[in-house]
Amino acid sequence: MIRSPVLRWTLNVVTLLLAFVMIFPVLWMVLTSFKTETMAIAFPPRLFFTPTFENWVQAVFNGPLLEFMGNTALITVGSTLLALLLGVPAAYAMAFYRTDRSDGSMLWMMSTRMLPPAGVIVPLFVLFRNFNLLDTHLGLIIVFAGMNLPLVVWMVTGFMEDLPFALIEAARLDGANLWQEFSAVLLPLLGPGLAATSLLALIFTWNEFFFAVNLTTRDASPLSVYVSTFKSAYGDLFLAKMSAAATAAVLPVMIAGWVAQRHLVTGLTMGAVK
Amino acid sequence: MASSQPTAATQSAPAPRSRVGERRKFLSAPAIVFLIAVTQVPFAMTIWYSFTNWNLLRPASTGFLGWDRMWRNFSRILSNPDFWTILWNTLFLTGSVVVLSFVFGMMFALLLNRPFPGRAIARTMLISPFLVMPVAAAIVWKFLLLDPSNGLSAWVFRSVLGIQSVYLVEVAPMLSIIGIVSWQWIPFVMLILLAGLQSLPEEIVEAAQLDGAGPLRMFVNITLPHLRRFIEIALLLEVIFVLSIFGQIFVVTSGGPGIRTTNLPYQIFLEAFSSFNIGRASAYGIFAIILANIAMILFLQVVRRHRLEGTS
Repeated sequence: MIRSPVLRWTLNVVTLLLAFVMIFPVLWMVLTSFKTETMAIAFPPRLFFTPTFENWVQAVFNGPLLEFMGNTALITVGSTLLALLLGVPAAYAMAFYRTDRSDGSMLWMMSTRMLPPAGVIVPLFVLFRNFNLLDTHLGLIIVFAGMNLPLVVWMVTGFMEDLPFALIEAARLDGANLWQEFSAVLLPLLGPGLAATSLLALIFTWNEFFFAVNLTTRDASPLSVYVSTFKSAYGDLFLAKMSAAATAAVLPVMIAGWVAQRHLVTGLTMGAVK
Repeated sequence: MASSQPTAATQSAPAPRSRVGERRKFLSAPAIVFLIAVTQVPFAMTIWYSFTNWNLLRPASTGFLGWDRMWRNFSRILSNPDFWTILWNTLFLTGSVVVLSFVFGMMFALLLNRPFPGRAIARTMLISPFLVMPVAAAIVWKFLLLDPSNGLSAWVFRSVLGIQSVYLVEVAPMLSIIGIVSWQWIPFVMLILLAGLQSLPEEIVEAAQLDGAGPLRMFVNITLPHLRRFIEIALLLEVIFVLSIFGQIFVVTSGGPGIRTTNLPYQIFLEAFSSFNIGRASAYGIFAIILANIAMILFLQVVRRHRLEGTS
């Protein structure tokens, strides 16, 4: 489209430079996590230095990071599994057994994802208090499963509709029941789609903070709550340790996002854009 | 693109109307029941609580305000000048983030929509801010980048610009929050617009070029109309989610100084978990729900329109 090679190459360089500027805060965080605490506050800031793993050892083994990460892992995996358990059968019904109400149900599900968390936090807190769910993994698993369920239904419905219906008909002619039809025919074909859906659910759950901070106190708090506690850290000598903890909290999701890049748009718009 | 939409795909497959189908369509029931339990029940409870004077610190105060005084929480909120500041903060924050992320998101999408060496890596780098845990983004910006003595901005101010270091979070708290949130949401808009640009049929572009359309006319007459749906979807979704921004404010400014960066979610958090005023917090929640619903209704209209187009 652009013919002049000079202009083309200028644009290429500008694009890469802008990309670097955008990711710079992340790089700076990773870099700081390998500095000593005194190096982290050195002026002018050092770009080149002998890296140390001291903060990582400190953050991982001497701090509560692993406990929080364990909570996050449990909550993320649990809520994603629950959302898949409820969402995949729903998607099956939406994709292959449509009724006049299917479209309405799908849009309604999407609308529940857009309910502002602040609008329902008070009753959730009260309900959690009454059912002894405050500061439990199960409590957050339930809430996050609800948060991810619309995403699962929309994405998996889309993936199922892309499958040829003849395959399912063939399995039925062979006398397959619902479970055989699902496990032998659909599941192998849906594998990549389910993986992408799970990765997106993981991203949203891992990063969530509002429900987490208001519905847990310590025992079941995920990483996001731990990371936020650095906001009231005082003194100068915590930047490197903080960076190590933040990097540990950010990196898994970033990698998941890079892996699921191709499906990111579908997931973010719940299938409204493919 | 449009052909892979749900409605279009199912219409090509014959809808099986057997007795099996009669039963299997109920496979969606557990999901629907679960969603009602975790979203609609709390939503209904919010409405109910907003008409009560329940305060967790006063156990006796659990009741309905009474028909004559049922709107008291709302009238108290509406007559409080702080509410209008908070509402303005919420709208200003959301509006600014939407505008900034649209301008930069569009720019990045256009830049990425050309084949060039390093494009995949540039794209990967550009989407990364969106993947950063919001509270982690907030501490990185607050302590590593904007801190007036230890942050990178101190070096920029003192060594590059040669002036006194300024703490941006203190000087311009709202703009700092807007900056941090925009940094995270630019990639979101970029990704959706890029998907839109890449779905623009090659033939149309070539035909317009043959007709002698310059880059600007091409953008205004061909690209923008094609992108319209993508822009609508990206911006409306962004509005819905940025209205609920919480983590960055919680970490960077705690809503302050005063209430200068308090938005509705942060105010609800304070009412509910500092004042334990369940009734008042719920009434604030109703305002948050109304705001989000305006954007949501527009969004669902876009989706429905698009699905109808998909079937034709």
